[in-house]
Amino acid sequence: MDKARRGFLKLTGTSLLGLGLGGAAIASAPHKPEHDPDAGPRWAMVIDTRKCRKKDGCSACMDACHDVHNVPDIPDENHAVKWIWKEPYPNAFPNQVHPYTEESVMGQSVPVLCNHCDRPPCVRVCPTQATFKAEDGIVTMDMHRCIGCRYCVAACPYGSRSFNWKDPRPYIDGIREDYPTRSKGVVEKCNFCKELVAKDKRPACVDACTADGNEGVLIFGDLNDPESNVSEALRTANTIRRKPNLGTAPHIFYIV
Amino acid sequence: MPSKDIGKAVLGLVVFLVLVGFPIWYTASQGQSDYRPELVPPEGETECVENVEFMRTWHMDLLNDWRDSVVRDGDREYTSEKTGHQYDKSLQNTCMECHYNKDTFCDRCHNYVGVAPKCWECHVEPGGGVSHGQS
Repeated sequence: MDKARRGFLKLTGTSLLGLGLGGAAIASAPHKPEHDPDAGPRWAMVIDTRKCRKKDGCSACMDACHDVHNVPDIPDENHAVKWIWKEPYPNAFPNQVHPYTEESVMGQSVPVLCNHCDRPPCVRVCPTQATFKAEDGIVTMDMHRCIGCRYCVAACPYGSRSFNWKDPRPYIDGIREDYPTRSKGVVEKCNFCKELVAKDKRPACVDACTADGNEGVLIFGDLNDPESNVSEALRTANTIRRKPNLGTAPHIFYIV
Repeated sequence: MPSKDIGKAVLGLVVFLVLVGFPIWYTASQGQSDYRPELVPPEGETECVENVEFMRTWHMDLLNDWRDSVVRDGDREYTSEKTGHQYDKSLQNTCMECHYNKDTFCDRCHNYVGVAPKCWECHVEPGGGVSHGQS
């Protein structure tokens, strides 16, 4: 009887210990998604802020993006629509600065855009599935389905979504005829230029930045391809992501 | 008196029918009872993505299919069942490339049948790009 009891207690104790250790190991291991080589692309971007910093006041990426997508330029900040813009470093990385952060880093503005998260909160809250994550990782919108509830605006921790409080057309300087505008009452955001990527082109921001003579500031490519330029950039430099503690797994990486 | 009441009722009915039938007898009196909107097909083009009868009846469903497959599935190529040609599934970049005059094609028929598609709240019609400056 005693022996059996002792054996039972030992077994229970060992099992509990094992479970605890295993769980802790799983929880503490950094999540590295297993990439299936047959899975198709997973688009991502690396932004080298060291190089971006050298061109203070440059707005090539923003101008190009807002031009090709008919993004309005509304002067009233409360109504402004943004797909890609610049944010002071401490605002973009609020949990990753301290009183001794290098001055040049602290003082710079970094380009920010939709992070095309692996676990996007905007997609979870959208009641009509107007916002969804495509198989290639691009978090995109079906404008036809957007009912303008703005749950996604509230859910996105990066402020990457803008609501059209008024008809944007009067605020677009020269509407392009090869891309739609939006109407009053819908939300919009960066779509990683999926219409260009579908045609094997790079996003407009990357193209404009490169054309401006900045090679390797904005790097766009397929994370599932170990030979791609983003995979290479992630291997060769240390990168950080915005607000990693929120668990959204952003796919815009920053070299600081 | 019942007979007097019937007379009133018939008179009322006649007035009612005349008023309700106004669109019919008015267009007939103008000699336009067989009016059909005259659409201007694009010059120099001989074929649409599918044949005319299909497009006339089903273009709205075709466009909805295109919309859903492009936006949701990223499927951007359409193969014509009539000719086998490949087309980019795009209202602005494929349809309006030929049907560049929205007024004499889309609108003329939509106005006649009294439908108001919301496409153009966002999609830009040819020439719509230049008429909007910054205000």
